[in-house]
Amino acid sequence: MTKAGPSETRVPLHEIPRRRQADASIAVVGSPNSGKSTLFNRLTGLRQRIGNYPGVTVERNVGLMKADGRTIELVDLPGTHGLSAHSYEEQIAVDVIFGRMAGTQPPDGILAVVDATNLYQGLFLVQQLIELERPIVVALTMVDAAAAGGLKIDLEKLSAHLGGIPICSVVATTGQGIAALRDAILALPGNTLPQPTMAWPELMAVATELASTAALPMRRAEIERLIIDGATGLNAHVLECLGADAAIRLVRYRDELFGLEPPLAREARVRYAWVRQVLGDVQEKMPVLLSWRTRVTQIFNQPIPGTLGLFLVMAIVFQAVFAWATPMMDLIDGATASLGGWVGGQLGDTAFSSLVADGVIAGVGSVIIFLPQILILFLFIILLEDSGYLARAAYLLDRAMRSVGLSGQSIIPMISSFACAVPGIMATRVIPNRRDRIATILAAPFMTCSARLPVYALLIAAFVPAQNVVFMNLQGLVLFGLYMFGIIMGVLTALLLRKTALRGPKPPFALMLPEFRRPNSRTVLMQLLGRARVFLRRAGTVIFAVAVVVWALAYFPRSADMDPSLTENEAAAAQLEQSWLGRAGHFVEPAFAPLGWDWRVSSAVIAGFPAREVVIAVLGTVYAVGDEADEATLSRRLKASTWPDGRPVFTLPMVIGLLIFYACCLQCAATLAVIRRETNSWRWPVFAWIYMTTIGYVGALLAFQLL
Amino acid sequence: MIGVAYVQATIAIINANHYHLDMANNDITLASLKNGQSGTIRSIDATDPQVQRLMVLGLVEGTQVQQAGAALGGDPMEFRFFGSGISLRREQAMRFIMTRDSGD
Ligand SMILES: Nc1nc2c(ncn2[C@@H]2O[C@H](COP(=O)(O)OP(=O)(O)O)[C@@H](O)[C@H]2O)c(=O)[nH]1
Repeated sequence: MTKAGPSETRVPLHEIPRRRQADASIAVVGSPNSGKSTLFNRLTGLRQRIGNYPGVTVERNVGLMKADGRTIELVDLPGTHGLSAHSYEEQIAVDVIFGRMAGTQPPDGILAVVDATNLYQGLFLVQQLIELERPIVVALTMVDAAAAGGLKIDLEKLSAHLGGIPICSVVATTGQGIAALRDAILALPGNTLPQPTMAWPELMAVATELASTAALPMRRAEIERLIIDGATGLNAHVLECLGADAAIRLVRYRDELFGLEPPLAREARVRYAWVRQVLGDVQEKMPVLLSWRTRVTQIFNQPIPGTLGLFLVMAIVFQAVFAWATPMMDLIDGATASLGGWVGGQLGDTAFSSLVADGVIAGVGSVIIFLPQILILFLFIILLEDSGYLARAAYLLDRAMRSVGLSGQSIIPMISSFACAVPGIMATRVIPNRRDRIATILAAPFMTCSARLPVYALLIAAFVPAQNVVFMNLQGLVLFGLYMFGIIMGVLTALLLRKTALRGPKPPFALMLPEFRRPNSRTVLMQLLGRARVFLRRAGTVIFAVAVVVWALAYFPRSADMDPSLTENEAAAAQLEQSWLGRAGHFVEPAFAPLGWDWRVSSAVIAGFPAREVVIAVLGTVYAVGDEADEATLSRRLKASTWPDGRPVFTLPMVIGLLIFYACCLQCAATLAVIRRETNSWRWPVFAWIYMTTIGYVGALLAFQLL
Repeated sequence: MIGVAYVQATIAIINANHYHLDMANNDITLASLKNGQSGTIRSIDATDPQVQRLMVLGLVEGTQVQQAGAALGGDPMEFRFFGSGISLRREQAMRFIMTRDSGD
């Protein structure tokens, strides 16, 4: 499944050159929802960088810890339940742990993150990690939740069962115990290797036997994976290292060990039997099957309340995004308008004044307005994710997804795509089957992302009356309709692909459901601030640059011989018409005329292909330069805009068409790049772009011509 | 290829012997647990790789499991065991034979 080329991985692992600045590299390993990211952030703070593994386009999230003049590198790995990979994401974790990621070393030590309330699954993983024969330290997270549930764990006994490895209890959310853990990590590279556990002596004997003939020293865990998973994928290379007759011996050993039982089933049976034995010894009380919180939320696990709850949650999110943000947005809108007016007044009628007022303030300001809305949207998505509700949405919607050939597992990437398709597409890595995964990747860009939101919001605010229908605001309802439209288009796309190019068996569905948690305010705030920073940085760089360029194109060349009889507005319009932007716009206008777009809308749309929110900045600048500049806000300027013969440009069919175009069109270079990266081919991003642009154009055409 | 078919047939026979409903013994499958009921896994039909994956997640013989919810139409279902929750489809849940815990 992994795309690391076999030629690179053939190099004996121990001969790959060391290439790093840090004194030691520690891999952070844990199952999903063990609190791994929270702990990683605690330990490394802001000293993080995200790069790529050389040769493969998988990002490598590294943080540094410094103490006593030494630098220790922590490598955060995707969550995994064990060393037998089931999805692309788990494959990355396993490859890094074994040092098979091309161009990287195996880690010098392991930080195993184990949720104290879920020792059962945690110890299964730790058991496998011990067999790596690397120094290892266990961070036992969520000890606060365990204590609240009345669960007592005897750490000394646990450590003894785990071959004497150090165990540190921490609360990652408050930072309790972090200092001790930090010391343990710093001491890690010098630690003695853990004693092997007595979980599965038969397997150990066979692995030792096989290793005895190896040309190179091999780690036991690697040979064990070969025995259990067979000589598939990257394990084949392990087999090669074991010598000529290893293949024959392997068959015999596997037969002796497993007989007809599937090896993975045997592994689970043996290892969990051992875990249960250990738990009986170290845990004072088995966790209650139902905590009070589960009891309360259990109501919402029932079919009908659960489904109603899901719709309620979605309705609240939409209402909030539209209604709560309005006061803030009006404030920013008013501020930019008066700032632009004031600057224009102060600087007089110069090119520089126009650049500041019409280019920068009108262009960038028209995008900044949407910060409150985008932050509210992100807040809800972060809350849904962090509280564990997203996984529940996935399972409630599994049946619906099954009818289009996907599974509930596709829901999490799709909901994340409402924020941004880039993380959404990356979230498809947990989907085990490649075809299911690609179908989800191509459905994701149809979800209404936060960059579409400003375009929708602008057009809705300008052209949909703010009246109430039953109990919902009509504007909110239209927005909801657009979100639904995106979902339907995405789902239909997936269905189409599953019936044609990506045909295959129905995907299975099994998903670990994290317990409902009160989201941690620190985590939520940090994520939200990160998002705000990204948005503002974009507004300050890309959008700023676009606004300046577009302003220049719209302002120059100045025509010298203006007819003096024209009013000021008419003169501005004539000037804009003969500017470079005006000429270019007129050149492309015929292509978009059937959609009812004038040259200004057409050129804004074209400018928006690298990043769709740019269209707002372009409209902001173009309309600030033109003859509608008397109106104070962009939405009023749009309403005032007319064809040369006086007909309004923004008629209802035209606006509907424009909305459909925006709902479908793939105007986002970042999304194309991530599709390329995740599918490892240019075929899919090219297909997605042509497919979505065509649908958008045809949809807008039909809306304008038929309505 | 004949060898493979033979092995598969044998596995099927073994599983058929190993995996059968013993009605007299109060046996049920995981899928037939009602909401709030719990049981202990007694045997598993592990031929399906998907089921093997569930075993790796901890659903093995001897694990006590409680049904904790379901989606519309009763599929998929939600189960809890030790500190974890998991949702799976009925189709997979049927591969787990349970002994119902007394007291239900
Ligand atoms: N009570 C408590 N909650 C925690 C602790 N560590 C993490 N969490 C919460 O557990 C959830 C999952 O944490 P996260 O770091 O995202 O887990 P990951 O999936 O393993 O990276 C988040 O809601 C965290 O706020 C802890 O030590 N105690």
